[in-house]
Amino acid sequence: MTTVANSVGQKKGFGATLWDWLTTVDHKKIGILYLIGGGFFFVLGGIEAMLIRLQLLIPNNDFVSAGFFNELITMHGTTMIFLAAMPLLFGFMNAIVPLQIGARDVAFPFINSLGFWMFFFGGLFLNLSWFLDAAPDAGWTSYASLSIASTGHGIDFYAIGLQIAGAGTLMAGINFLVTIINMRAPGMTYMRMPLFTWTTFVASALILFAFPPLTIGIFFLTFDRMFGGNFFDHTAGGNTIIWEHIFWIFGHPEVYILILPAFGIFSEIFSVFARKRLFGYSAMVFATVLIGFLGFMVWAHHMFTVGLGPTANAIFAVATMAIAVPTGVKIFNWLLTIWGGSIKITTPMLYALGFIPSFVMGGVTGVQQGAAPLDYQLHDSYFIVAHFHYVIVGGVVLAILAATHYWWPKMFGTMLSEKLGKITFWFFFIGFHMTFFLQHFLGLMGMPRRVWTYMDGQGWNLFNMISTIGAILMAIGVIVLIINIIMTTAKNVRVGNDPWEDGRTLEWAIPSPPPFYNFAQTPLVRGLDTYWIEKQEGHNGYTAAEPVTDIHMPNGSIIPFFMTLGLFIAGFGAMYRVDHSWGLAVLIFGLAFTFLMMALRSIKDDLGYYVTKDQIRRTERGRD
Amino acid sequence: MDLNTKFTPQSWPDHPETATMEAKNKFVGFWLFLGGETVLFATLFATYLALKNSVPDGNEFRTETLFELPLVFVMTMLLLTSSLTSVYAMYHMKNYNFKAMQVWLAITGFLGLGFLALEVYEFNHYIHLGFTFGNSAFSSAFYTLVGTHGLHVAIGLVWLTLLILRNAKRGLNLYNATKYYTFSLYWHFIDVVWVFIFTVVYLMGVVG
Repeated sequence: MTTVANSVGQKKGFGATLWDWLTTVDHKKIGILYLIGGGFFFVLGGIEAMLIRLQLLIPNNDFVSAGFFNELITMHGTTMIFLAAMPLLFGFMNAIVPLQIGARDVAFPFINSLGFWMFFFGGLFLNLSWFLDAAPDAGWTSYASLSIASTGHGIDFYAIGLQIAGAGTLMAGINFLVTIINMRAPGMTYMRMPLFTWTTFVASALILFAFPPLTIGIFFLTFDRMFGGNFFDHTAGGNTIIWEHIFWIFGHPEVYILILPAFGIFSEIFSVFARKRLFGYSAMVFATVLIGFLGFMVWAHHMFTVGLGPTANAIFAVATMAIAVPTGVKIFNWLLTIWGGSIKITTPMLYALGFIPSFVMGGVTGVQQGAAPLDYQLHDSYFIVAHFHYVIVGGVVLAILAATHYWWPKMFGTMLSEKLGKITFWFFFIGFHMTFFLQHFLGLMGMPRRVWTYMDGQGWNLFNMISTIGAILMAIGVIVLIINIIMTTAKNVRVGNDPWEDGRTLEWAIPSPPPFYNFAQTPLVRGLDTYWIEKQEGHNGYTAAEPVTDIHMPNGSIIPFFMTLGLFIAGFGAMYRVDHSWGLAVLIFGLAFTFLMMALRSIKDDLGYYVTKDQIRRTERGRD
Repeated sequence: MDLNTKFTPQSWPDHPETATMEAKNKFVGFWLFLGGETVLFATLFATYLALKNSVPDGNEFRTETLFELPLVFVMTMLLLTSSLTSVYAMYHMKNYNFKAMQVWLAITGFLGLGFLALEVYEFNHYIHLGFTFGNSAFSSAFYTLVGTHGLHVAIGLVWLTLLILRNAKRGLNLYNATKYYTFSLYWHFIDVVWVFIFTVVYLMGVVG
């Protein structure tokens, strides 16, 4: 197997470039693909949010119809969680984690590509519902009694789209786990791993154990709707509560899958821009693992009002409140990292500083809802909406925006404008609090969540109007960010290895963006904050653990794309089988095509290729 | 990795399945995958237990009257034996005895095929009795749990066939040793799941 390595700076035609991106197995390129895909769906989910807020601007509004409103809230939630927040985080995990542990790629580059395409096609499938039939309309939780009764194919799009995307997520999770277990550079012990790598590790473990229940739950839903199953139909002995249990056994760990990497991102940013070692590193690691563990013990707090009985409610209430302890440990460690630091207020640091009070507010309302008796009052009100937006936007989205600015130079080799970055921050941050702070009070005043419109004269008008204005400010912030990205890319001012000047971890020791093999020589890790140690000893770069040798690299492949395409086609077959006779044939064809591709992958040897010493030396010289 | 390196039983490593970096990754990754599969089957078992014998009024199907242990006992024996033969195959893999390994794997495959044939017979029998997938919540849960296991057996058989045929001419190397080894892990996993199905679905269904 000899393939010529794609040399740096070579001009390629459009077709060749497209082929390159369709077949790439390079973790840095897949990271960028995740950012593009996730960014696209983030904007889509944002547009849905704007339509929701415009509808709620004034009482008795009929800007959108009630049915369309249901579709909007469902698709907003589903898109933001599965297709925006998670893929964007995966983008950073892909691009950064292998660099932080001194690896040349992830453990399974092929599966990495497969995971991306499954996420993307799953998202595409889900969103095609807007054009082909009706969008799903049973809420992002798709509770069974609603989703079984929903007419049209909306819920089918939800079930099949999430099935495909979810399988991709599971693969990505296993991939990160093995990468972190097996591919760490010499000296990179577990307790020297940067916090972002640690949180990726724990979040991946949560994915491994949380996504299979979702897979099964969605299969039940698919069977009930499309194949004559009776899991949730009580007239045939079924039980609708089973869906709620399965969904939340997945759904609660899911929010920790989102927030833990966000914690990791902020841990990196605090210690870099406070120019101090992270305070209480080992406590942070322990807290991360503990949150991951407890995340599986609390799912029924979403179901306090179902009537599971006082014993179950009490146990889940106590477990829920217990999570506040490791989270509190983290908050104090971040504060003590800033304390006495030599602080630089950069855009990522602004987000990090804004994150602490925002997230604490979301955490406090979380503990309030954890008290089961109080939850009976708050359940299904706008208080809940305010709470989960405070943790998801105030935690996860702020982290994604912070990471975009922080790691942009490492991923693209250019620096986003700090001025525009700060403008984005202030618009987004102020808009965020305007939108969601008052929703706590709307909830306490009795406004139920998921209502299409409300009557005049209940005292909800002003707060709803302010909330909508806040949402517009957030949208302006995102638009400024997009302008920033376009301007930065157009200017194309290249930056060096360590553009923030205070990088502590290994990714800052190599060029921005790194060459396709990452490290010319595998690095030797001599402690926590590897690159910081090197810089303190006056070294420029990292200490190598090996001489320059030939580097083994994986081959690109189009098979992941085709495997996913087969499932995508099969999805339409499964769905239209109910009304058209050709459906079954399409279903079988799609699945057979995917299995054929899997067999091809199994039979055809793919051993990768070697980059020779000479090529590495030439590339490294060309950069100096 | 060089596929042309010729080994002897003496030069063949003690743990060929984890002898290279790629092999180590596949080994760990596959164990983790089985961890996820465990949760997947746990969800199916929990649902089955919740919906066991849960049928609409007037529906006669119950575990006590439906299941017959002799057939399931034969199926269990076939699958347990196939697990044993796959262990023999791995023994020969570690001793670099390619021919013996292939033979034992082929026996494993035939035993698995026998199991699958009996399962098809069993399902067919139930359907003719009127116990179809859509008959009740109980039937949906039963077919989904046991059928998911059956699907795993079927996929395993295709995988095994491809492995045996693809490598028939070239013998063992450090590239395909891991593939054989992960297959055997998968096969054991299927076996363990069946032990639980036998106990929870059939034994507890008839006796409990």
